[in-house]
Amino acid sequence: MATQGIQARFSCQFGTFALNVDLDLPGSGLTALFGHSGCGKTTLLRCMAGLQAADGIMRVNGDEWQSDCGSRPVHQRPLAYVFQETSLFPHLSVKRNLMYGYKRIPQSERQITFDQAVAWLGLSHLLSRMPEKLSGGERQRVAIARALLTSPRLLLLDEPLSALDQTSKQEIMPYLEALRDNLAIPMLYVSHSTAEVARLADHIVMMDGGRVVAEGPLQQIMARTDQPFGLEEDAGVILDATISEYDAQWHLCRADFAGGSLWVRSDEGLPIGQKIRLQVLARDISLALSEQTDQSIQNLLPATVDEIASNVSPGTSIVRLLAGQTPFLSRLTTRAVHTLAIRPGQQLWMQVKSVAIVD
Amino acid sequence: MDIYWEPVWLTLKLAGLTTVVLLVVGTPIAWWLARSKHWVRQPIAAIVALPLVLPPTVLGFYLLVLLGPKGMVGQLTEQLGLSLLPFTFEGLVVASVIYSLPFTVQPLQNAFGSINQQLLEVASTLRASPWDRFFSIVIPLARPGFLTASVLTFAHTIGEFGVVLMIGGNIPGETKVLSVAIYDHVESLEYAQAHWLSAGMVVFSFVVLVTLYSLNGRLQPGLVK
Repeated sequence: MATQGIQARFSCQFGTFALNVDLDLPGSGLTALFGHSGCGKTTLLRCMAGLQAADGIMRVNGDEWQSDCGSRPVHQRPLAYVFQETSLFPHLSVKRNLMYGYKRIPQSERQITFDQAVAWLGLSHLLSRMPEKLSGGERQRVAIARALLTSPRLLLLDEPLSALDQTSKQEIMPYLEALRDNLAIPMLYVSHSTAEVARLADHIVMMDGGRVVAEGPLQQIMARTDQPFGLEEDAGVILDATISEYDAQWHLCRADFAGGSLWVRSDEGLPIGQKIRLQVLARDISLALSEQTDQSIQNLLPATVDEIASNVSPGTSIVRLLAGQTPFLSRLTTRAVHTLAIRPGQQLWMQVKSVAIVD
Repeated sequence: MDIYWEPVWLTLKLAGLTTVVLLVVGTPIAWWLARSKHWVRQPIAAIVALPLVLPPTVLGFYLLVLLGPKGMVGQLTEQLGLSLLPFTFEGLVVASVIYSLPFTVQPLQNAFGSINQQLLEVASTLRASPWDRFFSIVIPLARPGFLTASVLTFAHTIGEFGVVLMIGGNIPGETKVLSVAIYDHVESLEYAQAHWLSAGMVVFSFVVLVTLYSLNGRLQPGLVK
């Protein structure tokens, strides 16, 4: 029996909806629970927390929260939960909201101090305010700090950004990244946004109809040709890269990854050595049989065809390629695949039209 | 002058005691009614609301029968070595509690029902036990409801007449409350005394209601989510 990591097995029926999952997740880093609305990702999160009664097993790094023998009530589980909507207590000031959970855990278990949480989420100037006087983004930052102040062993986030406008999302994202990188607390993050997942997740669980349809490290899953559902538009790989050169004249940075390098546009330039996360969408990669230099696309990479998924939707195929060991996806019309006679093992050139820095 | 103040004091004592008892008894009933989805909820809600529609004499009559020497409760109190409740101050308290029950339960039920359930889930993820959640979240957020319930119960108990007459009679210092005293005065054609007490009641009730409305007006903004 694995003692490390998170084991979550639930099998239950809620009206017409059935949840059936058996997951073994890493006990650190950020795992995204991803899927369309109604796929059961929030229900799964609520079952894990114990907010929704369900038959099953829940273990977090060796600590048994629920088994066939019984289930610990929510308030006795060392978790924290950030809800989708504003969930601050309206009758308490920001400070007293933050203190609510903090003062309810024993002193010996307090690993995150009040001052730390306030500093991490930039709340020092808001402490005496009432929740109704805060913006949406500020409220969610308070809710995250309040959750952290219980020094949880698992942090559950239920679409924490979905109720916010674009500006507030951009405001909160860096805080979430910093928490993911600096805290040793495993995080489960429910989302239906590919952008958020691409930027934040280390590991991904894709769900559909109450079941897990794919699960694994983000970069592996994103590079599969058989994307479980309607992702063709957003399909694309995620890769981790390091900045190795900055060309000030053209505002371009060179980002090296295992198996090649890509030029990325950047106004101010990024420091050499900085680690970044890139997303390359399948629709932004076209293929050529020889190196074409008489055209506008600057990022040209030699690659080997690994796998072809024909007609993922009518007339559209996805080709998986390897540049070194790094996988890429290219979306082509099936006719183009046929005309160029693309087959596995073939050497050709990838023309990468656009690269996005997601992190 | 004592003859005036005695019923006033007795009435205030009765109303105060009834309010305290009802806040204790009514809170769990209101909480259950606001949260339960059980089928018995509707019948229970109807029973709680019965005193609103029944003539007070009907209520008083059945209480008299029930609490009297041949009634179930009466036999129980006698077996326990207690005296019979009708025509005592304690009997009046019991009757008032039943008579004013909806005035406590309904404002509380509304206040509890309007609390965002998610806040209680949030509190549970922040390690608050069910009791802790009730005292730290529910009671503060339902404060306007508690205020309304207290004032309405208090004022309604002061105004009761039919039930008191049926179950309490007219014993000075024991069961002769204001409304009965006024009735007495009128019956004896002592209009001056009746005026004093009646005008006092009018002024008192007016002040109570004005206070309630202005307090609620001030508390309301805090209640909206």
